[in-house]
Amino acid sequence: MPKYHGPMADRRRWQEDLDGAPSRDIPFETMSGIPLQPVYGPDDAELPGQWPYTRGLFASMYRSRLWTMRQFAGFGTAEDTNGRFKELLRSGGTGLSTAFDMPTLLGRDSDDPLARGEVGRAGVAVDSLADMETLFAGIDLGSVTTSMTINSPAATVMAMYVAVGDKAGVGRERLGGTIQNDILKEYQAQKEYVFPPRPSVRLVTDLVRFATAELPRWHPVSISGYHIREAGSTAAQELAFTLANGFAYVEAGMAAGLDVDEFAPRLSFFFNAHIDFFEEIAKYRAARRLYARWMRDRYGAADPRSCMLRFHTQTAGVSLTAQQPELNLARVAIEALAGVLGGTQSLHTDSYDEALALPTEKAARLALRTQQVIAQETGVVHVADPLGGSWLVEELTDELERQAEAIFAHLLECGRGSMLEGVFASIEDGWFCGEIADASYRFQSKLAAGDWIQVGVNGYTDGEDGQTPILSIDPAVENRQLDKLARVKQARDDDAVRRCLQRISTEAADPTVNLMPALIEAANAYVTVGETTAAMESVFGTWVERSVA
Amino acid sequence: MAMPAGGTTPAPLRVLLAKVGLDGHDRGLRVVARILRDNGFEIVFAGLRQTPEAIAAAVIQEDVDVVGVSMHNGAHLTLAPLVVRALRATGLDTPVVVGGIVPEVDVPKLRAQGIAAVLGPGASNEQVVASVRGAAAQAPGR
Repeated sequence: MPKYHGPMADRRRWQEDLDGAPSRDIPFETMSGIPLQPVYGPDDAELPGQWPYTRGLFASMYRSRLWTMRQFAGFGTAEDTNGRFKELLRSGGTGLSTAFDMPTLLGRDSDDPLARGEVGRAGVAVDSLADMETLFAGIDLGSVTTSMTINSPAATVMAMYVAVGDKAGVGRERLGGTIQNDILKEYQAQKEYVFPPRPSVRLVTDLVRFATAELPRWHPVSISGYHIREAGSTAAQELAFTLANGFAYVEAGMAAGLDVDEFAPRLSFFFNAHIDFFEEIAKYRAARRLYARWMRDRYGAADPRSCMLRFHTQTAGVSLTAQQPELNLARVAIEALAGVLGGTQSLHTDSYDEALALPTEKAARLALRTQQVIAQETGVVHVADPLGGSWLVEELTDELERQAEAIFAHLLECGRGSMLEGVFASIEDGWFCGEIADASYRFQSKLAAGDWIQVGVNGYTDGEDGQTPILSIDPAVENRQLDKLARVKQARDDDAVRRCLQRISTEAADPTVNLMPALIEAANAYVTVGETTAAMESVFGTWVERSVA
Repeated sequence: MAMPAGGTTPAPLRVLLAKVGLDGHDRGLRVVARILRDNGFEIVFAGLRQTPEAIAAAVIQEDVDVVGVSMHNGAHLTLAPLVVRALRATGLDTPVVVGGIVPEVDVPKLRAQGIAAVLGPGASNEQVVASVRGAAAQAPGR
């Protein structure tokens, strides 16, 4: 039986919420015509849409609205990616998601010597506002939602997006979307950091404050466990490190003078959907329950929305194999199903060829179609939290919650009662990296011993035909981008650029100033991402990881 | 590489492991470091954001037998040959093994540019160890 973790469920209020929610116009019944209730369980079971949200954030869940099918895309120049965006919107995608190339992610321009070979390779190259204007050309920023996966230069790129909207006459209050802006996991897992942790968190907080004041439809941080898991963590570590980072941002926001209920409703999360089906579903359930309890009891959130953990899910890139890559279609379908049964708000399904290269257009379309099969054909969307009450899933939920609490206790001890300080300290002494590397090596050892079979890799290896077509990025992309950057630098007002950069470094030195207005001014003057980063780096310094294997 | 004086066991092979360029995906590199260490190699872990020139300097400094570079963002055709060139420019013939997301079609291109071996996704522990040993054995001067 499901356990109770809060006040008794309020079935009458649940019914009211359900009645008041929009309903998709389809019969809620099985394929054979058996009618289905919106949720199942004993009379006193927890209900979706109610504290502590173990069973989902909304009373009606997918009966009202399916998750957002948000496919991450970006490669080559802004023109190339703009074309892919339009193709995804035509195919029924409902949100844009931008992948930037490695130089952009590290705040470097395409003409930086360290950028050689990486311009437009793993995402789109953005050097200045000119690229952002091209990237979103012909797309109404007031009617789509955009996700931008960028961290170290998040404030700079957000400033450019706001500038694009301003120029197109889209009111800032209509800009909807998410910017990842989660720097803490960079030091722990993804390693796309530039500045040291403390000034980086100040930038995160500046963007949160700006969004709180001016961008009511924007999610200014997407606290991401995805990369922690991809780096090799366990499910419990993904859950705990991610929530701990979230609590650290909450503490930083409150320390900057915001009331928790002013900004917490627009924090969102991003989790991995790995291949262990029930463990993943339990992870999402535990995440919602833990977050609700911590936000209310530790941070004093009074607004229910502050206690609701909204999350995006992406299927696990690391679970994909280069061997017999068509098998990845099956893996992605199973992982995506876990995300849906776990109540995700949006979902990216990986393409089957991503262990080989960036996806081809056909592979990307198949990935989106996989979500549509789940949504339209399987019937799993009719009932909220269909696995709630499963003895296995409930026990796994409780166990992941216990393991996460143990990690929180450790971090709080490191931070002498502050999660923010505990996270800083555990980044600085390499604790997170060590824990993740240990878990990653344990998994590799299981594979080596044959204790875990990955089909096509260490078992069932016949049938490889090596015929998968892959996307190759035209090497001319780099030159096209370099030409464009040179033209932008030629055409702009150099005095204005100098003034903007001076303002950025002056204001960077004063932690009480919010840098966003200076960054928007710089975007409009076509100051580049690399120039902006360098100006901040001269004040903030550079982070170098302690290299331990 | 020097043999231990009077000993019969050869000194362990020293392997420098690095990420080149801006790519931060270091899971593979860290796992490979542990696999090699567990198999008796000595590891010089240079880690993230190394330039080809910095790798060449470290190879001299640390008396390295094999260089392992890891790439996950499509820059292998540009960056891996630059590592080989930087080593050769310093007069070193140290073999370079590339690991990461490298499509099959790119393997011959890398081999043609002097890369000793390529380890793709899903490589087993045995393959990792064998490719590094094989690269070291084929290196001139050994």
